[in-house]
Amino acid sequence: MNTPLKKIILVGGATLLPATAFAQDAPTAVPTEVGFILTTLLFLIAGFLVFFMAAGFAMLEAGLVRSKNVTMQLTKNMGLFGFACLAYYIIGFNLMYPADAWTISNILGAFSPTSLEPVGLAAADADLSYASVGSDFFFQLMFCAATASIVSGALAERIKLWPFLVFVIILTGLIYPIQASWKWGGGFLEVANFQDFAGSTVVHSVGGWAALTGAIILGPRIGKYKDGKVTPFLGSNLPLATLGAFILWLGWFGFNGGSQLAMGTVGDIADISRIFVNTNAAAAGGVVAALIATQLLYKKPDLTMILNGALAGLVSITAEPLTPSIGMATLIGAVGGIIVVITIPLLDKFRIDDVVGAIPVHLIAGIWGTIAVVFTNPAATIGAQLFGILTVAFFVIITSSLVWLILKVIVGIRVDEEAEIMGLDRSELGMEAYPEFKTN
Amino acid sequence: MKLVIATIKPFKLEEVRTALTEIGVKGMMVTEIKGYGVQSGHTEIYRGAEYDVNYVPKIKLEIVVTSDMVDQTVAAIEESAKTGKIGDGKIFVLEVQQAVRVRTGESGEDAI
Repeated sequence: MNTPLKKIILVGGATLLPATAFAQDAPTAVPTEVGFILTTLLFLIAGFLVFFMAAGFAMLEAGLVRSKNVTMQLTKNMGLFGFACLAYYIIGFNLMYPADAWTISNILGAFSPTSLEPVGLAAADADLSYASVGSDFFFQLMFCAATASIVSGALAERIKLWPFLVFVIILTGLIYPIQASWKWGGGFLEVANFQDFAGSTVVHSVGGWAALTGAIILGPRIGKYKDGKVTPFLGSNLPLATLGAFILWLGWFGFNGGSQLAMGTVGDIADISRIFVNTNAAAAGGVVAALIATQLLYKKPDLTMILNGALAGLVSITAEPLTPSIGMATLIGAVGGIIVVITIPLLDKFRIDDVVGAIPVHLIAGIWGTIAVVFTNPAATIGAQLFGILTVAFFVIITSSLVWLILKVIVGIRVDEEAEIMGLDRSELGMEAYPEFKTN
Repeated sequence: MKLVIATIKPFKLEEVRTALTEIGVKGMMVTEIKGYGVQSGHTEIYRGAEYDVNYVPKIKLEIVVTSDMVDQTVAAIEESAKTGKIGDGKIFVLEVQQAVRVRTGESGEDAI
Protein backbone atom coordinates (compact mmCIF):
# COMPACT_ATOMS: atom_id res chain seq x y z
CA MET A 1 0.00 0.00 0.00
CA ASN A 2 3.00 2.19 -0.61
CA THR A 3 0.97 4.74 -2.50
CA PRO A 4 -0.47 8.10 -1.70
CA LEU A 5 -3.63 6.87 -3.35
CA LYS A 6 -5.31 7.30 -0.02
CA LYS A 7 -5.18 10.97 -0.78
CA ILE A 8 -7.02 10.42 -4.02
CA ILE A 9 -9.53 7.98 -2.54
CA LEU A 10 -10.32 10.28 0.34
CA VAL A 11 -10.82 13.33 -1.79
CA GLY A 12 -12.44 11.80 -4.82
CA GLY A 13 -13.76 8.40 -3.94
CA ALA A 14 -14.71 8.20 -0.28
CA THR A 15 -18.35 7.82 -1.07
CA LEU A 16 -17.66 5.08 -3.60
CA LEU A 17 -16.17 2.75 -1.03
CA PRO A 18 -18.32 0.58 1.20
CA ALA A 19 -17.95 1.12 4.92
CA THR A 20 -16.54 -2.39 5.27
CA ALA A 21 -13.52 -1.69 3.08
CA PHE A 22 -10.10 -2.26 4.59
CA ALA A 23 -9.25 0.35 7.14
CA GLN A 24 -5.96 1.17 5.44
CA ASP A 25 -7.69 1.87 2.16
CA ALA A 26 -10.25 4.31 3.41
CA PRO A 27 -9.56 6.08 6.67
CA THR A 28 -12.95 7.12 7.94
CA ALA A 29 -11.72 9.48 10.64
CA VAL A 30 -11.89 13.17 9.83
CA PRO A 31 -8.38 14.33 8.89
CA THR A 32 -6.82 16.36 11.64
CA GLU A 33 -3.59 18.20 12.25
CA VAL A 34 -2.60 15.39 14.63
CA GLY A 35 -2.98 12.82 11.88
CA PHE A 36 -0.90 14.96 9.52
CA ILE A 37 1.80 15.41 12.14
CA LEU A 38 1.96 11.73 13.09
CA THR A 39 1.99 10.46 9.51
CA THR A 40 4.71 12.96 8.67
CA LEU A 41 6.63 11.72 11.69
CA LEU A 42 6.18 8.14 10.47
CA PHE A 43 7.72 9.06 7.11
CA LEU A 44 10.64 10.82 8.72
CA ILE A 45 11.45 7.98 11.12
CA ALA A 46 10.83 5.22 8.57
CA GLY A 47 12.80 7.26 6.05
CA PHE A 48 15.96 7.41 8.10
CA LEU A 49 15.61 3.71 8.92
CA VAL A 50 15.46 2.93 5.19
CA PHE A 51 18.37 5.33 4.67
CA PHE A 52 20.40 3.21 7.07
CA MET A 53 19.84 0.23 4.78
CA ALA A 54 22.38 1.89 2.46
CA ALA A 55 24.94 1.28 5.20
CA GLY A 56 23.69 -2.29 5.46
CA PHE A 57 24.17 -2.90 1.75
CA ALA A 58 27.62 -1.28 1.87
CA MET A 59 28.79 -3.43 4.78
CA LEU A 60 27.28 -6.64 3.38
CA GLU A 61 28.99 -6.08 0.06
CA ALA A 62 32.29 -4.94 1.58
CA GLY A 63 32.34 -8.15 3.59
CA LEU A 64 31.49 -10.48 0.72
CA VAL A 65 33.97 -9.17 -1.87
CA ARG A 66 37.65 -10.00 -1.75
CA SER A 67 39.85 -7.56 0.15
CA LYS A 68 41.40 -6.23 -3.07
CA ASN A 69 38.00 -4.78 -4.12
CA VAL A 70 36.63 -3.45 -0.83
CA THR A 71 37.42 0.24 -1.32
CA MET A 72 35.85 0.18 -4.79
CA GLN A 73 32.71 -1.50 -3.44
CA LEU A 74 32.36 1.18 -0.77
CA THR A 75 32.98 3.89 -3.38
CA LYS A 76 30.21 2.45 -5.56
CA ASN A 77 27.79 2.28 -2.64
CA MET A 78 28.42 5.87 -1.60
CA GLY A 79 28.47 7.09 -5.21
CA LEU A 80 25.24 5.35 -6.21
CA PHE A 81 23.46 6.81 -3.21
CA GLY A 82 24.52 10.32 -4.13
CA PHE A 83 23.47 9.99 -7.76
CA ALA A 84 20.20 8.27 -6.81
CA CYS A 85 19.30 11.24 -4.58
CA LEU A 86 19.99 13.70 -7.41
CA ALA A 87 18.15 11.68 -10.05
CA TYR A 88 15.09 11.14 -7.87
CA TYR A 89 14.92 14.85 -7.01
CA ILE A 90 15.42 16.12 -10.55
CA ILE A 91 13.09 13.70 -12.32
CA GLY A 92 12.16 10.56 -10.37
CA PHE A 93 9.68 11.67 -7.73
CA ASN A 94 7.18 13.41 -9.99
CA LEU A 95 7.57 10.72 -12.61
CA MET A 96 6.54 8.22 -9.95
CA TYR A 97 3.82 10.30 -8.26
CA PRO A 98 2.31 12.54 -10.95
CA ALA A 99 -1.06 12.83 -9.11
CA ASP A 100 -3.25 14.08 -11.98
CA ALA A 101 -0.40 15.35 -14.17
CA TRP A 102 0.31 12.13 -16.13
CA THR A 103 2.10 12.63 -19.44
CA ILE A 104 0.46 9.43 -20.71
CA SER A 105 -2.47 8.48 -18.49
CA ASN A 106 -1.57 5.76 -15.95
CA ILE A 107 1.63 4.87 -17.85
CA LEU A 108 4.05 7.80 -17.90
CA GLY A 109 4.17 10.35 -15.08
CA ALA A 110 5.14 14.02 -14.93
CA PHE A 111 8.52 15.45 -15.90
CA SER A 112 9.47 18.07 -13.34
CA PRO A 113 11.84 18.43 -10.40
CA THR A 114 10.57 18.02 -6.86
CA SER A 115 9.56 21.13 -4.97
CA LEU A 116 8.67 21.42 -1.30
CA GLU A 117 5.94 23.22 0.63
CA PRO A 118 6.69 26.81 1.68
CA VAL A 119 8.64 27.46 4.86
CA GLY A 120 6.33 27.39 7.88
CA LEU A 121 3.44 25.68 6.09
CA ALA A 122 0.10 26.84 7.49
CA ALA A 123 -2.30 24.13 8.66
CA ALA A 124 -4.96 25.51 6.36
CA ASP A 125 -2.67 24.89 3.35
CA ALA A 126 -1.66 21.37 4.37
CA ASP A 127 -3.16 18.18 2.95
CA LEU A 128 -4.35 16.99 6.35
CA SER A 129 -5.36 13.59 4.99
CA TYR A 130 -1.74 12.69 4.28
CA ALA A 131 1.68 14.06 5.24
CA SER A 132 4.09 16.80 4.31
CA VAL A 133 5.55 16.61 0.80
CA GLY A 134 9.07 16.81 2.24
CA SER A 135 8.58 13.73 4.40
CA ASP A 136 6.93 11.81 1.56
CA PHE A 137 9.76 12.68 -0.85
CA PHE A 138 12.40 11.80 1.75
CA PHE A 139 10.80 8.41 2.45
CA GLN A 140 10.26 7.48 -1.20
CA LEU A 141 13.75 8.61 -2.17
CA MET A 142 15.24 6.02 0.17
CA PHE A 143 13.32 3.23 -1.59
CA CYS A 144 14.65 4.39 -4.92
CA ALA A 145 18.23 4.40 -3.63
CA ALA A 146 17.76 0.90 -2.16
CA THR A 147 16.87 -0.37 -5.64
CA ALA A 148 20.23 0.83 -6.94
CA SER A 149 22.10 -0.64 -3.96
CA ILE A 150 20.80 -4.09 -4.92
CA VAL A 151 22.54 -3.88 -8.29
CA SER A 152 26.02 -2.98 -7.06
CA GLY A 153 26.54 -6.18 -5.07
CA ALA A 154 25.78 -8.54 -7.93
CA LEU A 155 28.21 -6.82 -10.30
CA ALA A 156 31.04 -6.33 -7.82
CA GLU A 157 34.74 -6.88 -8.46
CA ARG A 158 34.71 -6.36 -12.25
CA ILE A 159 32.45 -3.48 -13.35
CA LYS A 160 33.92 -0.06 -14.09
CA LEU A 161 32.88 2.70 -11.69
CA TRP A 162 31.57 5.35 -14.08
CA PRO A 163 29.49 3.18 -16.44
CA PHE A 164 27.94 1.66 -13.31
CA LEU A 165 27.07 5.11 -11.99
CA VAL A 166 25.57 6.11 -15.35
CA PHE A 167 23.37 3.03 -15.14
CA VAL A 168 22.36 4.04 -11.61
CA ILE A 169 21.26 7.49 -12.82
CA ILE A 170 19.03 5.93 -15.49
CA LEU A 171 17.70 3.30 -13.08
CA THR A 172 16.82 5.76 -10.34
CA GLY A 173 15.74 8.65 -12.57
CA LEU A 174 13.70 6.71 -15.13
CA ILE A 175 13.37 2.92 -14.89
CA TYR A 176 12.44 2.67 -11.22
CA PRO A 177 10.08 5.67 -11.05
CA ILE A 178 8.24 4.79 -14.27
CA GLN A 179 7.42 1.23 -13.24
CA ALA A 180 6.71 2.31 -9.63
CA SER A 181 4.17 4.84 -10.91
CA TRP A 182 2.19 1.98 -12.42
CA LYS A 183 1.46 0.65 -8.93
CA TRP A 184 2.21 3.25 -6.26
CA GLY A 185 1.55 6.30 -8.40
CA GLY A 186 -1.95 5.01 -9.11
CA GLY A 187 -1.20 3.79 -12.64
CA PHE A 188 -2.48 0.79 -14.56
CA LEU A 189 -1.12 -1.91 -12.21
CA GLU A 190 -2.98 -0.27 -9.32
CA VAL A 191 -6.09 -0.22 -11.46
CA ALA A 192 -5.53 -3.91 -12.26
CA ASN A 193 -5.61 -4.73 -8.52
CA PHE A 194 -1.94 -5.73 -8.37
CA GLN A 195 -0.96 -5.92 -4.67
CA ASP A 196 2.54 -5.00 -3.51
CA PHE A 197 2.51 -3.39 -0.07
CA ALA A 198 6.13 -2.28 0.29
CA GLY A 199 7.79 -3.47 -2.89
CA SER A 200 8.75 -7.15 -3.28
CA THR A 201 8.21 -6.48 -6.97
CA VAL A 202 8.25 -2.69 -7.28
CA VAL A 203 11.58 -2.32 -5.44
CA HIS A 204 13.33 -5.67 -4.96
CA SER A 205 12.58 -7.46 -8.20
CA VAL A 206 13.45 -4.28 -10.12
CA GLY A 207 16.88 -4.19 -8.52
CA GLY A 208 17.08 -7.94 -9.09
CA TRP A 209 16.23 -7.79 -12.80
CA ALA A 210 18.70 -4.94 -13.33
CA ALA A 211 21.33 -6.99 -11.49
CA LEU A 212 20.55 -10.14 -13.51
CA THR A 213 20.77 -8.43 -16.91
CA GLY A 214 23.94 -6.66 -15.78
CA ALA A 215 25.54 -9.89 -14.52
CA ILE A 216 24.79 -11.69 -17.79
CA ILE A 217 26.02 -8.87 -20.04
CA LEU A 218 29.07 -8.20 -17.86
CA GLY A 219 30.11 -11.86 -17.54
CA PRO A 220 31.57 -13.70 -14.56
CA ARG A 221 34.74 -12.76 -12.68
CA ILE A 222 37.94 -14.19 -14.14
CA GLY A 223 38.54 -17.69 -12.80
CA LYS A 224 35.11 -18.14 -11.25
CA TYR A 225 34.04 -20.84 -13.72
CA LYS A 226 36.89 -22.94 -15.02
CA ASP A 227 36.81 -26.38 -16.66
CA GLY A 228 33.18 -26.87 -15.65
CA LYS A 229 34.03 -26.22 -12.01
CA VAL A 230 32.95 -23.37 -9.75
CA THR A 231 35.77 -21.70 -7.86
CA PRO A 232 34.35 -19.76 -4.94
CA PHE A 233 35.98 -16.46 -4.04
CA LEU A 234 35.74 -16.17 -0.29
CA GLY A 235 34.41 -12.99 1.28
CA SER A 236 37.02 -10.81 2.93
CA ASN A 237 35.24 -9.89 6.14
CA LEU A 238 32.32 -11.87 7.53
CA PRO A 239 31.90 -9.70 10.65
CA LEU A 240 31.20 -6.73 8.33
CA ALA A 241 28.84 -8.82 6.20
CA THR A 242 26.94 -9.89 9.31
CA LEU A 243 26.73 -6.32 10.57
CA GLY A 244 25.38 -5.37 7.14
CA ALA A 245 22.66 -8.02 7.30
CA PHE A 246 21.59 -6.90 10.79
CA ILE A 247 21.51 -3.25 9.66
CA LEU A 248 19.32 -4.20 6.70
CA TRP A 249 17.02 -6.12 9.06
CA LEU A 250 16.70 -3.01 11.24
CA GLY A 251 16.10 -0.76 8.26
CA TRP A 252 13.35 -3.06 7.03
CA PHE A 253 11.10 -2.03 9.93
CA GLY A 254 11.04 1.39 8.31
CA PHE A 255 10.76 -0.05 4.82
CA ASN A 256 7.63 -2.08 5.59
CA GLY A 257 6.28 -0.18 8.59
CA GLY A 258 6.47 3.18 6.85
CA SER A 259 4.63 1.76 3.86
CA GLN A 260 1.43 1.82 5.90
CA LEU A 261 1.56 5.49 4.83
CA ALA A 262 -0.63 6.65 7.71
CA MET A 263 -0.30 6.87 11.47
CA GLY A 264 -3.21 9.08 12.45
CA THR A 265 -5.63 6.45 13.77
CA VAL A 266 -5.72 3.54 16.19
CA GLY A 267 -6.13 1.20 13.23
CA ASP A 268 -3.06 2.57 11.49
CA ILE A 269 -0.71 2.40 14.45
CA ALA A 270 -1.96 -1.10 15.30
CA ASP A 271 -1.35 -2.13 11.68
CA ILE A 272 2.16 -0.69 11.78
CA SER A 273 2.77 -2.80 14.88
CA ARG A 274 1.54 -5.91 13.04
CA ILE A 275 3.89 -5.06 10.18
CA PHE A 276 6.89 -4.75 12.52
CA VAL A 277 6.12 -8.12 14.12
CA ASN A 278 5.57 -9.88 10.79
CA THR A 279 8.64 -8.34 9.18
CA ASN A 280 10.76 -9.54 12.06
CA ALA A 281 9.15 -13.00 12.02
CA ALA A 282 9.84 -13.45 8.31
CA ALA A 283 13.52 -12.60 8.75
CA ALA A 284 13.72 -15.08 11.62
CA GLY A 285 12.05 -17.71 9.45
CA GLY A 286 14.59 -17.05 6.69
CA VAL A 287 17.51 -17.42 9.10
CA VAL A 288 16.30 -20.68 10.62
CA ALA A 289 15.42 -22.19 7.24
CA ALA A 290 18.79 -21.29 5.67
CA LEU A 291 20.69 -22.48 8.75
CA ILE A 292 18.97 -25.87 8.74
CA ALA A 293 19.09 -26.20 4.94
CA THR A 294 22.85 -25.53 4.71
CA GLN A 295 23.52 -27.86 7.64
CA LEU A 296 21.61 -30.67 5.93
CA LEU A 297 22.89 -30.05 2.39
CA TYR A 298 26.52 -29.21 3.09
CA LYS A 299 27.11 -30.78 6.54
CA LYS A 300 28.22 -27.39 7.84
CA PRO A 301 26.12 -24.22 8.18
CA ASP A 302 27.16 -21.47 5.73
CA LEU A 303 27.04 -18.06 7.39
CA THR A 304 26.96 -16.17 4.09
CA MET A 305 23.86 -18.10 3.05
CA ILE A 306 22.27 -17.57 6.45
CA LEU A 307 22.73 -13.82 5.99
CA ASN A 308 21.13 -14.13 2.54
CA GLY A 309 18.38 -16.21 4.17
CA ALA A 310 17.51 -13.42 6.61
CA LEU A 311 17.34 -10.92 3.76
CA ALA A 312 15.31 -13.28 1.55
CA GLY A 313 12.84 -13.68 4.43
CA LEU A 314 12.54 -9.90 4.59
CA VAL A 315 12.07 -9.54 0.82
CA SER A 316 9.44 -12.30 0.86
CA ILE A 317 7.25 -10.55 3.42
CA THR A 318 7.61 -7.11 1.84
CA ALA A 319 4.74 -7.57 -0.63
CA GLU A 320 2.32 -8.24 2.24
CA PRO A 321 3.59 -7.66 5.76
CA LEU A 322 0.19 -6.65 7.17
CA THR A 323 -2.34 -9.45 6.70
CA PRO A 324 -0.36 -12.62 7.64
CA SER A 325 -0.41 -14.07 11.15
CA ILE A 326 2.96 -14.31 12.89
CA GLY A 327 3.15 -17.99 12.01
CA MET A 328 2.28 -17.39 8.38
CA ALA A 329 4.82 -14.56 8.14
CA THR A 330 7.49 -16.90 9.55
CA LEU A 331 6.58 -19.51 6.99
CA ILE A 332 6.65 -17.04 4.08
CA GLY A 333 10.09 -15.91 5.22
CA ALA A 334 11.28 -19.49 5.67
CA VAL A 335 10.41 -20.33 2.07
CA GLY A 336 12.52 -17.30 1.10
CA GLY A 337 15.41 -18.74 3.11
CA ILE A 338 15.12 -22.07 1.30
CA ILE A 339 14.92 -20.27 -2.04
CA VAL A 340 18.35 -18.67 -1.60
CA VAL A 341 20.02 -21.90 -0.54
CA ILE A 342 18.70 -23.60 -3.68
CA THR A 343 19.10 -20.79 -6.21
CA ILE A 344 22.62 -19.56 -5.33
CA PRO A 345 24.24 -22.79 -6.68
CA LEU A 346 21.69 -22.81 -9.52
CA LEU A 347 22.93 -19.43 -10.79
CA ASP A 348 26.47 -20.85 -10.75
CA LYS A 349 25.26 -23.68 -13.00
CA PHE A 350 24.25 -21.04 -15.57
CA ARG A 351 27.60 -19.26 -15.03
CA ILE A 352 25.84 -16.15 -13.78
CA ASP A 353 28.24 -14.65 -11.27
CA ASP A 354 26.32 -12.82 -8.53
CA VAL A 355 28.92 -11.88 -5.93
CA VAL A 356 26.63 -11.29 -2.93
CA GLY A 357 23.51 -13.29 -3.81
CA ALA A 358 21.45 -10.24 -4.81
CA ILE A 359 19.53 -12.10 -7.52
CA PRO A 360 18.27 -14.97 -5.33
CA VAL A 361 17.51 -12.61 -2.43
CA HIS A 362 15.87 -9.70 -4.21
CA LEU A 363 14.57 -11.15 -7.46
CA ILE A 364 13.57 -14.74 -6.76
CA ALA A 365 12.42 -14.21 -3.18
CA GLY A 366 10.73 -11.02 -4.44
CA ILE A 367 8.69 -12.98 -6.95
CA TRP A 368 7.83 -15.55 -4.27
CA GLY A 369 6.74 -12.82 -1.85
CA THR A 370 4.55 -11.18 -4.47
CA ILE A 371 2.81 -14.48 -5.20
CA ALA A 372 2.48 -15.28 -1.48
CA VAL A 373 0.22 -12.24 -1.02
CA VAL A 374 -2.71 -14.36 -2.23
CA PHE A 375 -2.38 -16.69 0.78
CA THR A 376 -3.28 -14.04 3.34
CA ASN A 377 -4.81 -11.05 1.58
CA PRO A 378 -8.30 -11.83 0.21
CA ALA A 379 -8.14 -8.73 -2.01
CA ALA A 380 -5.28 -10.25 -4.05
CA THR A 381 -5.72 -12.54 -7.03
CA ILE A 382 -3.06 -14.76 -8.52
CA GLY A 383 -3.83 -13.40 -11.96
CA ALA A 384 -3.23 -9.78 -10.94
CA GLN A 385 -0.07 -10.73 -9.04
CA LEU A 386 1.40 -12.56 -12.04
CA PHE A 387 0.38 -9.70 -14.32
CA GLY A 388 2.28 -7.27 -12.08
CA ILE A 389 5.36 -9.49 -11.79
CA LEU A 390 5.55 -10.12 -15.54
CA THR A 391 4.84 -6.53 -16.57
CA VAL A 392 7.61 -5.21 -14.34
CA ALA A 393 9.93 -8.02 -15.46
CA PHE A 394 9.33 -7.28 -19.13
CA PHE A 395 9.88 -3.54 -18.71
CA VAL A 396 12.99 -3.75 -16.54
CA ILE A 397 14.66 -6.55 -18.53
CA ILE A 398 14.23 -4.63 -21.80
CA THR A 399 15.24 -1.21 -20.50
CA SER A 400 18.15 -2.29 -18.33
CA SER A 401 19.53 -4.67 -20.99
CA LEU A 402 19.42 -1.79 -23.46
CA VAL A 403 21.27 0.53 -21.12
CA TRP A 404 23.91 -2.09 -20.23
CA LEU A 405 24.45 -2.95 -23.92
CA ILE A 406 24.71 0.68 -25.00
CA LEU A 407 27.21 1.37 -22.23
CA LYS A 408 29.14 -1.76 -23.19
CA VAL A 409 29.40 -0.68 -26.83
CA ILE A 410 30.18 2.99 -26.21
CA VAL A 411 32.55 2.96 -23.23
CA GLY A 412 32.86 -0.66 -22.08
CA ILE A 413 31.55 -1.75 -18.71
CA ARG A 414 34.30 -4.10 -17.63
CA VAL A 415 37.79 -3.34 -16.33
CA ASP A 416 40.65 -5.00 -18.21
CA GLU A 417 42.03 -8.35 -17.14
CA GLU A 418 45.13 -7.03 -15.41
CA ALA A 419 43.13 -4.51 -13.40
CA GLU A 420 40.65 -7.17 -12.34
CA ILE A 421 43.36 -9.56 -11.18
CA MET A 422 45.28 -6.82 -9.37
CA GLY A 423 42.04 -5.70 -7.74
CA LEU A 424 39.99 -2.60 -8.45
CA ASP A 425 41.24 -0.89 -5.29
CA ARG A 426 44.79 -0.62 -6.56
CA SER A 427 44.13 -0.48 -10.31
CA GLU A 428 41.18 1.94 -10.42
CA LEU A 429 41.50 3.88 -7.17
CA GLY A 430 45.08 3.51 -5.96
CA MET A 431 43.65 3.14 -2.48
CA GLU A 432 43.40 -0.09 -0.57
CA ALA A 433 40.91 -0.89 2.19
CA TYR A 434 43.46 -2.80 4.23
CA PRO A 435 46.85 -1.41 3.14
CA GLU A 436 48.70 -2.93 6.06
CA PHE A 437 47.70 -6.51 5.31
CA LYS A 438 48.47 -8.66 2.34
CA THR A 439 45.66 -8.95 -0.17
CA ASN A 440 44.54 -11.94 -2.13
CA MET B 1 75.42 -26.51 16.24
CA LYS B 2 72.27 -27.74 14.62
CA LEU B 3 69.15 -26.06 13.27
CA VAL B 4 65.98 -27.96 14.04
CA ILE B 5 63.07 -27.06 11.78
CA ALA B 6 59.72 -28.48 12.84
CA THR B 7 56.24 -28.07 11.37
CA ILE B 8 53.50 -28.73 13.87
CA LYS B 9 49.75 -28.38 14.27
CA PRO B 10 48.98 -24.83 15.41
CA PHE B 11 47.10 -25.90 18.53
CA LYS B 12 50.16 -27.85 19.72
CA LEU B 13 52.44 -24.79 19.93
CA GLU B 14 52.12 -24.17 23.67
CA GLU B 15 52.69 -27.84 24.56
CA VAL B 16 55.80 -27.97 22.38
CA ARG B 17 57.13 -24.72 23.83
CA THR B 18 56.64 -26.00 27.37
CA ALA B 19 58.38 -29.30 26.61
CA LEU B 20 61.36 -27.49 25.04
CA THR B 21 61.67 -25.05 27.92
CA GLU B 22 61.75 -27.98 30.34
CA ILE B 23 64.80 -29.51 28.63
CA GLY B 24 66.59 -26.17 28.58
CA VAL B 25 65.97 -24.81 25.09
CA LYS B 26 66.29 -21.04 25.47
CA GLY B 27 64.72 -19.68 22.34
CA MET B 28 62.94 -20.39 19.11
CA MET B 29 61.61 -18.68 16.02
CA VAL B 30 57.90 -19.21 15.31
CA THR B 31 56.21 -18.58 11.96
CA GLU B 32 52.62 -19.11 10.87
CA ILE B 33 52.81 -20.96 7.58
CA LYS B 34 50.61 -22.84 5.12
CA GLY B 35 51.69 -25.98 3.36
CA TYR B 36 50.90 -29.55 2.46
CA GLY B 37 52.47 -32.96 2.84
CA VAL B 38 50.97 -36.41 3.13
CA GLN B 39 47.82 -34.87 4.60
CA SER B 40 47.44 -32.94 1.33
CA GLY B 41 44.48 -30.57 1.38
CA HIS B 42 40.81 -31.07 2.02
CA THR B 43 37.58 -29.71 0.54
CA GLU B 44 35.24 -27.11 1.94
CA ILE B 45 31.95 -25.71 0.67
CA TYR B 46 31.33 -21.97 0.19
CA ARG B 47 27.89 -20.84 -0.96
CA GLY B 48 27.13 -24.29 -2.33
CA ALA B 49 30.34 -24.69 -4.35
CA GLU B 50 32.95 -27.21 -3.25
CA TYR B 51 36.56 -26.08 -3.40
CA ASP B 52 39.94 -27.53 -2.48
CA VAL B 53 41.86 -26.16 0.43
CA ASN B 54 45.33 -27.06 -0.88
CA TYR B 55 47.35 -25.49 1.88
CA VAL B 56 46.85 -26.42 5.51
CA PRO B 57 47.79 -23.89 8.21
CA LYS B 58 50.79 -24.99 10.28
CA ILE B 59 53.29 -23.51 12.69
CA LYS B 60 56.95 -23.61 11.74
CA LEU B 61 59.54 -23.68 14.54
CA GLU B 62 63.22 -22.92 13.97
CA ILE B 63 65.45 -23.78 16.88
CA VAL B 64 69.26 -23.62 16.98
CA VAL B 65 70.77 -25.94 19.62
CA THR B 66 74.19 -27.29 20.51
CA SER B 67 75.01 -30.59 18.86
CA ASP B 68 74.72 -32.54 22.12
CA MET B 69 71.18 -31.18 22.66
CA VAL B 70 69.79 -32.08 19.28
CA ASP B 71 68.48 -35.60 19.94
CA GLN B 72 66.77 -34.47 23.13
CA THR B 73 65.21 -31.52 21.30
CA VAL B 74 63.90 -33.63 18.45
CA ALA B 75 62.50 -36.17 20.94
CA ALA B 76 60.77 -33.45 22.96
CA ILE B 77 59.11 -31.99 19.86
CA GLU B 78 58.11 -35.41 18.59
CA GLU B 79 56.54 -36.35 21.88
CA SER B 80 54.70 -33.12 22.56
CA ALA B 81 53.47 -32.47 18.99
CA LYS B 82 52.13 -35.96 18.40
CA THR B 83 48.40 -36.65 18.13
CA GLY B 84 48.75 -39.85 16.11
CA LYS B 85 46.49 -38.46 13.39
CA ILE B 86 47.47 -37.39 9.89
CA GLY B 87 49.02 -33.92 9.70
CA ASP B 88 51.16 -33.97 12.84
CA GLY B 89 54.06 -32.45 10.89
CA LYS B 90 57.76 -33.08 10.26
CA ILE B 91 61.11 -32.37 11.89
CA PHE B 92 64.32 -31.59 9.99
CA VAL B 93 67.84 -31.16 11.34
CA LEU B 94 70.46 -29.08 9.53
CA GLU B 95 74.07 -28.09 10.20
CA VAL B 96 74.66 -24.52 11.35
CA GLN B 97 77.95 -22.89 10.30
CA GLN B 98 78.07 -19.96 12.59
CA ALA B 99 76.05 -18.03 15.17
CA VAL B 100 76.61 -14.48 16.43
CA ARG B 101 74.93 -12.66 19.29
CA VAL B 102 74.52 -9.15 17.96
CA ARG B 103 74.58 -7.33 21.31
CA THR B 104 77.86 -8.79 22.66
CA GLY B 105 79.61 -10.10 19.59
CA GLU B 106 79.84 -13.61 21.11
CA SER B 107 79.98 -16.33 18.48
CA GLY B 108 79.59 -20.10 18.14
CA GLU B 109 77.82 -22.05 20.86
CA ASP B 110 78.15 -19.12 23.26
CA ALA B 111 75.78 -17.16 21.05
CA ILE B 112 72.93 -19.69 21.25
